[in-house]
Amino acid sequence: MFMSERQEPALSRERAEYLRKLKIRKHAILTARILILVAFFAVWEIAGNLRLIDPFLTSQPSRIIRTLSNLYMQGDLFKHIGITCLETVAGFLLGTVLGTGVAILLWWSDFISRVLEPYLVVLNSLPKIALGPIFIIWIGPGPSAIIVMALAISLIVTILEVLNGFLSADPEKIRLVETFGANRLQVFTKVVLPSNIGSVINALKINVGLSWVGVIVGEFLVSRAGLGYLIVYGGQVFQLDLVMTSVIILAAAAALMYQGVVWIERKLMKNPQVYGRM
Amino acid sequence: MAEELVDVRNLGMKYQSPNGEIEAVRDVSFTVSKGEFVSLVGPSGCGKSTILSIISGLLKPTSGSVRIGGEWVRGASRKVGYMLQKDHLFDWRTIYQNVLLGLEVRGALNKESKERVMGLLNTYGLYEFRDKYPDQLSGGMRQRAALIRTLAVDPEILLLDEAFSALDYQMRIAVTDDIYGIIKREQKTVIMVTHDISESISMSDRVIVISKRPATVIAIHDIKFNLKERSPLACRETREFPGYFNMIWRELDVHV
Repeated sequence: MFMSERQEPALSRERAEYLRKLKIRKHAILTARILILVAFFAVWEIAGNLRLIDPFLTSQPSRIIRTLSNLYMQGDLFKHIGITCLETVAGFLLGTVLGTGVAILLWWSDFISRVLEPYLVVLNSLPKIALGPIFIIWIGPGPSAIIVMALAISLIVTILEVLNGFLSADPEKIRLVETFGANRLQVFTKVVLPSNIGSVINALKINVGLSWVGVIVGEFLVSRAGLGYLIVYGGQVFQLDLVMTSVIILAAAAALMYQGVVWIERKLMKNPQVYGRM
Repeated sequence: MAEELVDVRNLGMKYQSPNGEIEAVRDVSFTVSKGEFVSLVGPSGCGKSTILSIISGLLKPTSGSVRIGGEWVRGASRKVGYMLQKDHLFDWRTIYQNVLLGLEVRGALNKESKERVMGLLNTYGLYEFRDKYPDQLSGGMRQRAALIRTLAVDPEILLLDEAFSALDYQMRIAVTDDIYGIIKREQKTVIMVTHDISESISMSDRVIVISKRPATVIAIHDIKFNLKERSPLACRETREFPGYFNMIWRELDVHV
């Protein structure tokens, strides 16, 4: 009747062999990944030294390291990184909270949802970057306008993603709680939300990427600090070292933040109360 | 004659949609006495489930009325417990949290009701599994848990809507026996909807034969077996069983 916790039997020879191969493969994949990275930077550096490429245009790993240390000496490095990350996190959090909130409202009222549908479709297909100048004039140049830019880019996608999840909640489960006399709020808290933590987390993952896009675009347009500013400034004064350095910092920061969301997802998955059992 | 608990009178239901009107139920009347097990048997899609939804108060009929214990049904009735096709246990809740769902929704969660639920879990062999999750239980256990979730709110009437049809045949026979035993022990009144003639005969005191859409009452049969201790499985082996089956089969007038 009841399936007991899986017990580990003594490993058979075949099983041990299989596990060993699995481990080897895992190591091989990791090694290959690291090799690609090392090879890329090595070729870049050597090709620059041999003048096969012009480091003035392509920069070079050694120059990037020098630029990094210069920025650090001037005390600017963490200021730029900090501002950009702060804007991104703010845009990301706002996008998630507001997006989920609007999705709840649209789920709640089919009427509002139908009324707003064409507007959402238009807003979703509109390149939000076009709104940049408007935000700058309305809000003024500075971090606020940049956060709003990030929000504009991530909000609609979040709404649509989360709403889709809500609407796909099992109608029979909804019916079940309704047979107990559940009102709309109870239907939401007992069925729709708990069965949709997955789609909310998916929306988070998409949001992280979009927030970065929004912040960098915002900084391109307006700012006096941040990684996007460094990229634009570096481009304007033809300092490719600065541009490349900023891009690499940006890649690292974005990857870290994505890993953060994955980490949160794992935490939630471990708790079946929140995530259901996968 | 026992006390009349459910009175369904001249029920009619028309569904409206942009593509037209569908008459699902036409002039259906019957009564159910306290402690009785009544089933509505009819072809799939004939509107039987609509009748159950109306009795439970989830649906408002276009005509006619339902009274339970003399009171008109308006909105989801607290006297009714509903069992759907699948167990629909929530996989993010433990068995214990699952069976408390109805009490939670009705705001009836207190020491007394929790104790009653613990008692039910204990009586029906789920106490040890209360902290497990549904996917750790077998199909039969899950059905039991679903029944206890329904019984937890202490309904006077149970409505079973094709409640076992998601199970495979062997499991279904076993679960039917199990659930029937529990229902009788708890002395609940039951209205069951099914398309399975054998199932309806084996469980019911009375079978109401329903026509194709729009659902109307074709016939009502009292089902009596010469058994000391009645169980669905034992009923299937009696001499009377095939007679009932053939009669209802003919009335349903099934064509391929």
